[in-house]
Amino acid sequence: MKYYSYYPGCSNSDGGAKSYGSSTEAVAKALDVELHELEDWNCCGSTPFTGVNELGSFCVAARNLALAEKRGLDLVTPCSSCYIILARTNLHMKESPKLGEKVNEALAAGGQKYNGTIKVRHLLDVFANDVGYDAIKAKVKRDLAGLKVAPYYGCQVVRPGPGFDHPENPQSLDRVIQSLGAEATPFPLKTRCCGASLIISEEDLALELIRKLLDNAVSNGAECIVTVCPMCQTNLDVYQSRVNRKFKTKFNLPVLFFTQLMGVAFGIEDKALGLGSGIIPADRVLARYTRR
Amino acid sequence: MDTKVQSSNKLLEEIYAMPGGEGIRACIQCGTCTGSCPTADKWDFSVRQAIAMARAGNGEELLSSNSMWFCLSCYLCTVRCPRDVKPTELMHAMECVAARHGLSTRRSNTPIMYRAFADAVKNDGRLHELGFMMLFYRRKFFSLLRTNPFSAFKMVSLVGMAPRGIGLYSHGRLGLRGAKIKGNKELKAIIRKSEELGGAL
Repeated sequence: MKYYSYYPGCSNSDGGAKSYGSSTEAVAKALDVELHELEDWNCCGSTPFTGVNELGSFCVAARNLALAEKRGLDLVTPCSSCYIILARTNLHMKESPKLGEKVNEALAAGGQKYNGTIKVRHLLDVFANDVGYDAIKAKVKRDLAGLKVAPYYGCQVVRPGPGFDHPENPQSLDRVIQSLGAEATPFPLKTRCCGASLIISEEDLALELIRKLLDNAVSNGAECIVTVCPMCQTNLDVYQSRVNRKFKTKFNLPVLFFTQLMGVAFGIEDKALGLGSGIIPADRVLARYTRR
Repeated sequence: MDTKVQSSNKLLEEIYAMPGGEGIRACIQCGTCTGSCPTADKWDFSVRQAIAMARAGNGEELLSSNSMWFCLSCYLCTVRCPRDVKPTELMHAMECVAARHGLSTRRSNTPIMYRAFADAVKNDGRLHELGFMMLFYRRKFFSLLRTNPFSAFKMVSLVGMAPRGIGLYSHGRLGLRGAKIKGNKELKAIIRKSEELGGAL
């Protein structure tokens, strides 16, 4: 058994990506990974906070690190945005003692203190490097042979680094997919940005980026895309019909969380995986594996 | 190389004092950042130009432009920069400095969106997605009403978004009600204190 503190993030706990949260918990359990949810965690602040109040963005994130420090375990999150924000705070506080002091001065107003001892990890890192590909392979009950999957990392899981994988040509998700018996297709744009929250403020710009990603996945033969980030999943899935309307394209590509694909291969029941939450239905490509 | 900050260049000093802002002095203007940026064609001034302008004391023009606000925080420029300038952090530092001086742009909706997000988080401690979206659209509407009433009323065609909302709801992806965290008061006190302390180190 491996033990971690768990930071689900807003989208995965009670927002648009609840299925990522539930499939994370189900798959972790199957892999003997115990995720202990951080009590009373708050939103990490995400990118928007860094553009409004720089010091505040570190403080909002640091409250979570302070809470995690009480238990002392590595803090794991399945959300790439939470991951980068929490890791960035950790790094900046370590590199600049002056910033650390200021953040702690603010934290004290809320009765918290952070000493900088927590390590922030992304769930993909934990599954790939702590659990390992062999252990993942050993849990496979339904080999996903023949399924062509585009491994979409997005940007924030591998950048700015130094992280657990290459910042522009990572391999860990490819190898997780291969461990399930499926084929990871070539995907040159695997770490290109999906447009992130600018889908809300600058929709046209984000739709252009999403179109490029979908196009790149399809032209490399993918039947579905797998992501490690709730924002990426939302942009590629929920906005796919908008892309089709705007660019007169006919994309119909399911976008799954990597934990959902793992769950299918592990034979975990559909309810925990939330496969029905995708706007583009995934049953078409998964039917040959989910049928009992 | 003389990298001393000119005392007349207040903006540069402010950016330099922000966490992650130190790199601005090390830039050699090679343009790798702009060449890597997935949204470069939308910026009034490119990443490289923005850095040059900040250093030249052209702050007001820069901070009133739509530059920075098109940064997606994808960090591609940051990993490729040969001088470790960390342009992504610089762009966010510039956004915060702009906000501090009341400089803004109407050529991007991102400033309104970011602020709505931050206010939503300040309020509840967690992000309630629907609440945040409503706040953003309300503020965007009133901002347009002041500047361009015609397009504000065109925006009422938000009705066009209804199918997506219903789609999300029917797939169990739209929470109608948010929840506050227990430590909400403490978090608010932390944020208030951070505002008092200010951004500079």
